[in-house]
Amino acid sequence: MPRDALLSYLRSIALIAEKDMRIYYTKPPVLMFGFLFPLFMFLAFSLGRSADLHTLFPGLAAMFVFFVASSVGPLITPWEKRAGTYERLLSFPVTVNTLILGDVVAGMLFGIIINIIILTAGIAAFGYSVSFIGVLIIALSLMLGAFCFSALGVLLASPASTNPSNVMLLSNLVRFPLIFISGIFVPIASLQGIARVAAYCSPIAYLVNSFELGLLGSAAIPLLLGWAVLIGFSVVFVLLARTLLKRNLMKGL
Amino acid sequence: MKRDRDDVIAVAGLTKRFGAITAVDDVSFSVPEGELFGFLGPNGAGKTTTIRMLTGILTPDVGEVSIDGIDIQKHPIAAKMQMGIIPEMSNVYIELTAKQNVVLAGRFYGMHRKDVEERTDKLLQQFELSDRKDDRVEGFSKGMKQRVLIASALVHIPKVLFLDEPTSGLDVHSQRLIRAIIREMNDAGTTVFLTTHNIEEANTLCDRVGIINRGALAAIDTPERLKQAFNETQSVEVAFDKPTDVGEIERSGLVNRTERTGDTWRFYTDDPDALAKWIFSFAERRKLSFTTLSIEGASLEDVFVTVTEG
Ligand SMILES: Nc1ncnc2c1ncn2[C@@H]1O[C@H](COP(=O)(O)OP(=O)(O)OP(=O)(O)O)[C@@H](O)[C@H]1O
Ligand SMILES: [Mg+2]
Repeated sequence: MPRDALLSYLRSIALIAEKDMRIYYTKPPVLMFGFLFPLFMFLAFSLGRSADLHTLFPGLAAMFVFFVASSVGPLITPWEKRAGTYERLLSFPVTVNTLILGDVVAGMLFGIIINIIILTAGIAAFGYSVSFIGVLIIALSLMLGAFCFSALGVLLASPASTNPSNVMLLSNLVRFPLIFISGIFVPIASLQGIARVAAYCSPIAYLVNSFELGLLGSAAIPLLLGWAVLIGFSVVFVLLARTLLKRNLMKGL
Repeated sequence: MKRDRDDVIAVAGLTKRFGAITAVDDVSFSVPEGELFGFLGPNGAGKTTTIRMLTGILTPDVGEVSIDGIDIQKHPIAAKMQMGIIPEMSNVYIELTAKQNVVLAGRFYGMHRKDVEERTDKLLQQFELSDRKDDRVEGFSKGMKQRVLIASALVHIPKVLFLDEPTSGLDVHSQRLIRAIIREMNDAGTTVFLTTHNIEEANTLCDRVGIINRGALAAIDTPERLKQAFNETQSVEVAFDKPTDVGEIERSGLVNRTERTGDTWRFYTDDPDALAKWIFSFAERRKLSFTTLSIEGASLEDVFVTVTEG
């Protein structure tokens, strides 16, 4: 791709992400399912029983990344179609690819910003001694995880419905089961048989694993393998979202 | 595709089907640089479908579109950079302010922040929105929102402007303001393609009009020549001060058809001048006084009705 074309491609992605951040970060469903909900789950777990928070925190942090990063994507396209802004957005010099990547970046940044705070607070509160390498591992994992989960969120927006509450409902139907199979409440290493297989099918498990490695110093899955799987899931989510979005481009306009 | 050097919009064989419906059926035309072109048609004629294909939002089943010589299928981004587009029933972001909306649009077209801000301020002033420019659009009236929308499509000074029913549903003041801006952009060199079902708008605003009916292009010419081509709808309208037998007028050999509403007669004719003179001498002989006497040329409305009902 020539330099100018690349620049304008990146510019479109950045502008779409900026627009999403300004408009959708503060929408009630995003605040509700992206922030308050995981916060309450987190509190329920840390207050409700004498849990070993020191070993549970990596999983809870990954859950937080998942909820926050995947909360923006489902809302954007249905909301734009209903508000009558979508066709105009398509009329700008953008492509389906820049639209999707812009939305993914917006969700990813939301996940990263909020979880930098969560992780910093957690590290301070539960007294981890994290090495420099550990910080790097956590930072990179956070970025990959947030990208992956945000892409899943965008994918969940692609079905034809233009009713934001239907789409939020669908997205929660997918997101909750994923949480429960992901080895957040029980370390993957101690899962048996089918539960373990199920955990390996969820992208969240690989972020839990990377966080465990960064914070606790050991993990069940090799780091690079975990990252590769997260990247693999991301690619699949983006490509699927692209196919569905193209197919449903004019629906509801 | 054959294309004159100055054709900014060139369309050949454009066709789009939705299931059994052929929304646009083998439409070909071109619009030269600087023209203000109106696309006129009744509801469901295929205006929006056509404009969506011209602007690269919808892919045609058959046919080619080139914008300023750029094939929209092959180079959608380069073609879109030349255009300002206002889709039908579209909205700006109500969560953003008027200024933020226009600036955002300008940046999508690659304008630098400083240029876009200057241009935005100027446009919003022209659109009488200066004092509200930092308010969220949420509280704006329909006409104000439409003005923000149009300003967003003009901010990058497009080479060609596409508007799908830009004035429908607005009050007279907003309509006039918007038409004045369209004309001004056109005078400054922007080619304009607008759809409307407002015949008067097409008549007074457009250099050339295409009439689309059930997906097919039924007529395309200047408003004046379209009216001439349909001159069987010229007429002389007469009312006299007392009840009159007009059989003699009808037998003058000049009248094609007669219509009566109340005490007013309308005689359709190919030669309104001769017929008016004939009626004048008829009235003198009969000692009749006129309460109405007028010559009605063909109106674009007559043309439209003839074309779309035929
Ligand atoms: N996405 C679509 N799916 C199915 N049919 C469609 C679609 N878009 C348009 N049509 C059909 O194509 C035909 C032309 O519609 P179009 O919207 O282009 O008309 P129009 O001239 O813009 O009408 P109006 O003046 O009401 O805006 C109609 O019969 C319409 O029902
Ligand atoms: Mg229409």
